[in-house]
Amino acid sequence: MSEWETVIGLEVHCQLATHSKIFSGAPTAYGAEPNSQACAVDLGMPGSLPMMNAGAVELAIRFGLAVGARVAERSVFERKNYFYPDLPKGYQISQYELPVVVGGGLNVRLDDGREKFVQLTRAHLEEDAGKSVHDAFHAETGVDLNRAGTPLLEIVSEPVLASASEAVAYLKTLHTLVRWLGVSDGNMQEGSFRCDANVSVRRAGEPLGTRAEIKNVNSFRFVEKAIDYEVERQIRLIEAGGTVVQETRLFDAHKGETRSMRGKESAHDYRYFPDPDLPPLLIASADIERARAAMPELPEARRQRYIDELGLPAYDASLLTADRNTSEFFEALSTAVPAQAKLCANWVLGEWLGALNANGLAPEQSPISAERLAGLLARIVDGSLSSKMGKQVFEALWLGDESADAVIERLGLKQVSDSSALAGVIDEIVAANPKQVEQYRGGNHKLLQFFVGQAMKATKGQANPAQLNELLQAKLAGA
Amino acid sequence: MSVDSAKVRAIAELARLAIPVDQEVSLAAELSAVLDLFDALAAAPVDGLAPLAHPGDPTLRLRPDVVSETDQREALAAVAPAESAGYYLVPKVIE
Repeated sequence: MSEWETVIGLEVHCQLATHSKIFSGAPTAYGAEPNSQACAVDLGMPGSLPMMNAGAVELAIRFGLAVGARVAERSVFERKNYFYPDLPKGYQISQYELPVVVGGGLNVRLDDGREKFVQLTRAHLEEDAGKSVHDAFHAETGVDLNRAGTPLLEIVSEPVLASASEAVAYLKTLHTLVRWLGVSDGNMQEGSFRCDANVSVRRAGEPLGTRAEIKNVNSFRFVEKAIDYEVERQIRLIEAGGTVVQETRLFDAHKGETRSMRGKESAHDYRYFPDPDLPPLLIASADIERARAAMPELPEARRQRYIDELGLPAYDASLLTADRNTSEFFEALSTAVPAQAKLCANWVLGEWLGALNANGLAPEQSPISAERLAGLLARIVDGSLSSKMGKQVFEALWLGDESADAVIERLGLKQVSDSSALAGVIDEIVAANPKQVEQYRGGNHKLLQFFVGQAMKATKGQANPAQLNELLQAKLAGA
Repeated sequence: MSVDSAKVRAIAELARLAIPVDQEVSLAAELSAVLDLFDALAAAPVDGLAPLAHPGDPTLRLRPDVVSETDQREALAAVAPAESAGYYLVPKVIE
């Protein structure tokens, strides 16, 4: 098997986060009653004309800048002609020869820790088709055109990915980026982020093999399975003396295999031509500069800053930048609790994300604001709370709307850091346990834990552990 | 003749049209005549000229991203050939 190389290029259809459709004023909200969000333009009614959405252009520019691509000053919409019931006009308005975004690329961190720069070919604007429902009606197919005309950015990579896991790593990086930028909600269940994979194999050193295109895969796990299956199918086919046919294949998630979509084979001649209804899209350099100025710090740059400037481990930095809202929460928290980046990271990645996951909440739904959590961490930093007490306070913060100080007050949780109070406790313990004191002084230093335990018991766990250790050691040393 | 019967059948399939066999020859002749006209156009001297898809050099006008269309399903469904449970119905499409 090792003599074989896999070559994968991906096309991602990313639904743009606009309120209205790309060429009409109908809404794009997901889950509406069938056909309640499809107007005359979306239905291709005679006499209706497309009118381009400025919001979709803005999001395309934002994406182009984020991947270091060239945003085309002039791009052209074309008609891609094919017949299918969920495409009422008989053509899809797309871009072909002159797309809005040209080139660019993404730095992708692979599973084995290596980094790979994945070059992009292009990204172009187009409209989505409607949805066909095949199983709800007896002898007919139902058509829902709510999705027809939804703006898409089709992001095309060069064929530079060498395995299913590289393909998935690239997709995850891209998915994080489009959500981070607000270009798309990236919701894969709702079809906002779908992927076509062009897969071919070749013996090492040989020219590119014939590719098969796997259509419309909408989960990372399925992409991996579909590519793995397809690679093995092609290798077996060639080793058995066959040849790979250039074709479109569908991934069957139930059977875990790809199969040929024969019905569409002869429809490959799309007869593209410029749409006479839509003059060229011109983007002024002022618009590009305005978008550049409004660009947020990108996940990769932020991750590197967390490592270089905050001194966080790479692992923490990656997790904290996997999602914009998580990262913004950490930003607010670490600003409010200065010079404690690692402590903040531990609480965000531990208690906070843990509680969100356990309750099925997204970061933006957190019942605890960064400010309230900062109030808690401040008490840990100043020694008033042990981390164990902190967790108790965290639970109270999660369930109510009190401040950390109010919770500490109400539960009487203040850690005893008053050295004279602790000294009194220690004196009592030392006096009550002469035998252990003698053994400790005789060299059995493990007994320190015994004294710590006694002191914690006496203070109901509220002694500041660091301070307690220090005072005990001094006392036992015979001071 | 640039279009033969086989080409007519292929084009008909792309357009999802059923063409009676006895019309293939006459259609091939008609389509060939159309293409011959384009061949005549293609002979025009255009060296050094950029293709002009949109005469008059217009630019695309943009509209703000706001929802301006209300639900018109009832009115639109009224002109659909068949409709049920909110869906427009077409003859069964086999995947």
